[in-house]
Amino acid sequence: MSGHDLAVIGAGPAGLSAAVQAAELGLKVVLLDEQASPGGQIYRALEQASPALQAMLGPDYSYGAQLLGTMRQSPVDYRAGASVWQLNREREIGLLQAGKAQFISAARVLIAGGAQERPFPIPGWTLPGVMSAGAGQILLKGGALKPAQAVVLAGCGPLLYLLAWQYLQAGVRIAALLDTTPKANYRAAAPLLPGALGLPGYLRKGLRMLRAIRRAGVPVHKHVTGLRALGSTRLEAVEYQQQERWQRLDTSLLLLHQGVVPNVQMSRVAGCGHDWNENQLCWTPTLDEWGNTDIDGIMVAGDNGGILGARAAELSGRLAALESASQLQRIDQAERDRRAAPLHKQLQRERKARRFLDVLYRPLPQFRIPADDATLVCRCEEVSAGEIRRTVELGCLGPNQTKSFCRAGMGPCQGRMCGLTVAEIIAQQRGVPVAEVGYYRLRAPLKPITLGQLADAAE
Amino acid sequence: MSLFQTLTDVQPSAQASVQITLQDQVHQVPANLNVAAALLLCGYSQCRSTPVSGAPRAPYCMMGVCFDCLVEIDGVPNQQACLTPVREGMVVRWQDGKASLDQLEAEL
Repeated sequence: MSGHDLAVIGAGPAGLSAAVQAAELGLKVVLLDEQASPGGQIYRALEQASPALQAMLGPDYSYGAQLLGTMRQSPVDYRAGASVWQLNREREIGLLQAGKAQFISAARVLIAGGAQERPFPIPGWTLPGVMSAGAGQILLKGGALKPAQAVVLAGCGPLLYLLAWQYLQAGVRIAALLDTTPKANYRAAAPLLPGALGLPGYLRKGLRMLRAIRRAGVPVHKHVTGLRALGSTRLEAVEYQQQERWQRLDTSLLLLHQGVVPNVQMSRVAGCGHDWNENQLCWTPTLDEWGNTDIDGIMVAGDNGGILGARAAELSGRLAALESASQLQRIDQAERDRRAAPLHKQLQRERKARRFLDVLYRPLPQFRIPADDATLVCRCEEVSAGEIRRTVELGCLGPNQTKSFCRAGMGPCQGRMCGLTVAEIIAQQRGVPVAEVGYYRLRAPLKPITLGQLADAAE
Repeated sequence: MSLFQTLTDVQPSAQASVQITLQDQVHQVPANLNVAAALLLCGYSQCRSTPVSGAPRAPYCMMGVCFDCLVEIDGVPNQQACLTPVREGMVVRWQDGKASLDQLEAEL
């Protein structure tokens, strides 16, 4: 046990800016992160990246250098390679670092675990050779690794196009970009364009990237309505459906992406309340304007609280730090509000711009709720969409009952890869809103830990 | 044939490397990689088979979410390869199928 004022979990943009801001206000801050170096996924391995690699990845990556530098200069107690496997309402944090488990506690805890990619359950998505687009980008950032042969990218959303652009800079051959953005989304998003124009930098960058992809001669197949990954022991081909017709592409590497969703494992295990967010089709922790959850002293910032992107994550991180300093009486409320006012205003602009992206890249139902009964939904326990549907026929009302009937969500990933799909399948079968079927009840440990390590921590 | 290769033009050529063992094969890999990236670079198309059907699996998300890259590292099973940096002399083994107590029982 130790006397930290604020423990920040996650060293991405939200966690970094919160930790720096809180330390500046005189709080004793510990910053816990499971990666080997700070930056989260967005600024991953930036401190080690060569200038040439940074140029290849683009200015939004290098932008994080200042934040990382400020953190390194600050008195923040940053701990790399520190996995959090437990968090409870008493704000006790179970930590695993270099194979040693321990507990620490803090007056306040900020969860800034960021986002994960939305599950993309298509037939064959468990085959070796099928990975997420985020994985492709992580290999580029963290290891300077690029696909050795032509790659097929499929799905929709800013990250997919950014990766395509980055791959082109890296000289990677893109065999095809299978774009699943439905035509109807363009019409639905059009009225929200003024909101996006409030932050015109995003649109300009996006359009420039898409133009560059077209100019490079990448075959872009639009409005794809079906995807299948084929192969026996590894990926051999991708089939895609366009205007009712199925076509085949031979490839050894398929990278999938259809947006990101909050990583709610930590806030769930702590017991925080969550709401179904119909705009973003995901669960978000219930938060006030500062990032307070419904548990005293536990806060959430950044994409972990709802997807708004890296710049917004910095803003919400700083807001959470101001609130923490105010709660711990380092600054008064008037000072908090004075400093927060411009941040709230900027955050509001980010929210408006995000609505445009949410609507434009809202994934099609068939890519979230597999129509084919044989498609695997739970990768760990290999439970298919059909088996989930059968548990509903048997009377299961939500993911927890379904889990005990068919083991979906019971494997090592603890539902991270199937939770959203299972909840949406059950809701569809029952004909009720997803909010009504709920989510898995999560329990510690959130990360693999041996009994020996657990015993050592308890001593 | 590897799915991934090093971008030589952005990586300093005199980059440090470490020696690791993957499934009894010794490999020299860049020191900045994690185990999952290293096994992809070395051309392995799977790092475990599932306990349920025995289907082959390989790293999927590379960010600690999917747990498809679970491997045995220096004798400790269920390690997330994508979150573990490579170290000189590291010994990595695939996890095939269900875990078994046979070996443990034999030792007892």
